[in-house]
Amino acid sequence: MGKFIAKRLGFGALVLFVLSLFVFLLFFVAPGDPARIVAGDKASAEQLELVRQNLGLDQPMTQQYLHFVGRAVQGDLGFSYRNQQPVSELILRRIPVTISLVFGAVILWLAIGIPIGIMSARHPGGFRDRMGQVFILLGLSFPTFVLGMLALYTLYFLPKQAGFTLFPPSGYKPFLTNPLIWAWHLALPWATLALVTAAIYARLTRGQLLQVLGEDYIRTARAKGLSERKVVLRHGMRSTLMPLVTQLGADIGLMLGGVIVIEQVYGLQGVGSLAVQAVRNQDRPIIIGVVLLGGLFIVLCNIIVDLLYAALDPRMR
Amino acid sequence: MSEAQLDAPKVVQRSSANLTFRRLMRDPASLLAAVFILALVAFAIGAPWFAGWTGHDAIEQYRDTGLSPVGLPVGPNHEFLLGADQLGRDVLVRIAYGARISLAVGVAAALAASFIGVTIGMTAGYFGGWIDTVLGRLMDLVMSVPFLLCALALVSVFGPSLWLSICVIVFFSWTTIGRVIRAETASLARRDFVQASRSLGAGNLSIMLRDILPNLSVPIIIYTTMMIPNSIVFEATLSFLGLGIVPPTPSWGGMLAEAGANSIYLVAWWLVLFPGLALLGSTLAFNILGDGLRDALDPKGRRVKRRRKPAKPVTEG
Repeated sequence: MGKFIAKRLGFGALVLFVLSLFVFLLFFVAPGDPARIVAGDKASAEQLELVRQNLGLDQPMTQQYLHFVGRAVQGDLGFSYRNQQPVSELILRRIPVTISLVFGAVILWLAIGIPIGIMSARHPGGFRDRMGQVFILLGLSFPTFVLGMLALYTLYFLPKQAGFTLFPPSGYKPFLTNPLIWAWHLALPWATLALVTAAIYARLTRGQLLQVLGEDYIRTARAKGLSERKVVLRHGMRSTLMPLVTQLGADIGLMLGGVIVIEQVYGLQGVGSLAVQAVRNQDRPIIIGVVLLGGLFIVLCNIIVDLLYAALDPRMR
Repeated sequence: MSEAQLDAPKVVQRSSANLTFRRLMRDPASLLAAVFILALVAFAIGAPWFAGWTGHDAIEQYRDTGLSPVGLPVGPNHEFLLGADQLGRDVLVRIAYGARISLAVGVAAALAASFIGVTIGMTAGYFGGWIDTVLGRLMDLVMSVPFLLCALALVSVFGPSLWLSICVIVFFSWTTIGRVIRAETASLARRDFVQASRSLGAGNLSIMLRDILPNLSVPIIIYTTMMIPNSIVFEATLSFLGLGIVPPTPSWGGMLAEAGANSIYLVAWWLVLFPGLALLGSTLAFNILGDGLRDALDPKGRRVKRRRKPAKPVTEG
């Protein structure tokens, strides 16, 4: 098992290495002179040269890369071109919003997706299964931003026109100030993200459970007189757990990118909207920082999933 | 010839494609989806005709007729059948031209991704060994990259364009089909008919293309169809974030983004409803068609039989 963990850690390091090389090449080698972007259009040749030296652009490529990685490892991602603030600080300030968003959405989509999958698999071909399938199809087909705008229109704007506030339009309120206000402001983003993602979990649960429920050990469990509820939840769901954990790890890992759209629709100032603004402003250090953070996030999630595998699956021990 | 033989109903031989088609057409949902897709294609091809019929260009701003005296867009009326947008452009004509982009990107990206996925998947599955390890790791690597963030980074350097969107979509979506094809090929390569072909002196390329590829047609067709809606949503998402199609060229994602900017859609619901419906309808139709194709091409698997209720406890009688 130690070997397995070591292998996975090595792969995580490889992912981060490739990603760092990608952003480095993209931003330091690709078109557009970084010194020119920092110094501005009116800068003289001497000023440009000075900026170039300050950024280390006059050094050989490999040295620049090593320097870049060395600083990134220490959490130093450079300074924003725009307002000269440290990138790590800018990102850190936005993290609570994104974490809150992901945290609530994950709980909600598991709470919606898995029960629908179970319900569907317990009555294959029946009416409830049909309804479950429709839910899955809709969830898989709905683009996040269409659902988000629809929700804002029907649940925020229409009630407001009628004279009362059902949900707030946008914005983020800190958890520590008032958890209720916090949840109220995040309810629509959570629901939107959860409904779209729950479909994947419902489909996964349904598919796995349908396979498992035909197995002999399930018949044995039924034969020994267990209630259907116990048969499904204790014996059926156990083997469904692993694929669900894998999927969850992948989804949470990708969330840093996935929340971009939601943050955009609901005007939340999280990490995703920071990245979008950075693209508009050509603020490269911020983009680099967010991409690297996104990669780190995915790698961490993968490692957690691997550890869970090792813990949950007795064959791995 | 006996009487019975003369009376026997004429036997029609049907090709497997024909049988699949008949099975597909018997499923009302698939039929509806196919009709919708055909209508959408006609809609996209006929975009110039719609422009001529309404007398409105896709990019032209009709500030006199499309905007109310206070500068707000006019709703659906006899001149603007689906309303006008915030610049006085015809929503109907723009949706028709947007359909061209969505369909073109969706189909082109799906085909290209499928080609790459099949090539790499077959190579990995057929040769096995270190080739399989390297290609398998490559797929893992692509799958553990934060794709939306990387797309963001690429666009910020090279600037948004149609070709960049297609490349990004292809690069991040070939892995799904690649994995499936790899697994299928690995199991096919061990079958007797491959051994037979090899003993007759067939080379590797010939075995892969002549013997294995035809056996992969079912997963290729299904997964390519399933990739189309994902590519359409991916393109719309990129355009929604301002990273895809460059305005003023109409695209569904771009139209929704413009509707979302300044929350103009709260007073002009048609700006979200119609492009949103077009987008949702397309993804739904392709997803339903994909499901239908899977059932039609593989009639023995997948279709869920109604499970018999657990037998009632036998009472003495």
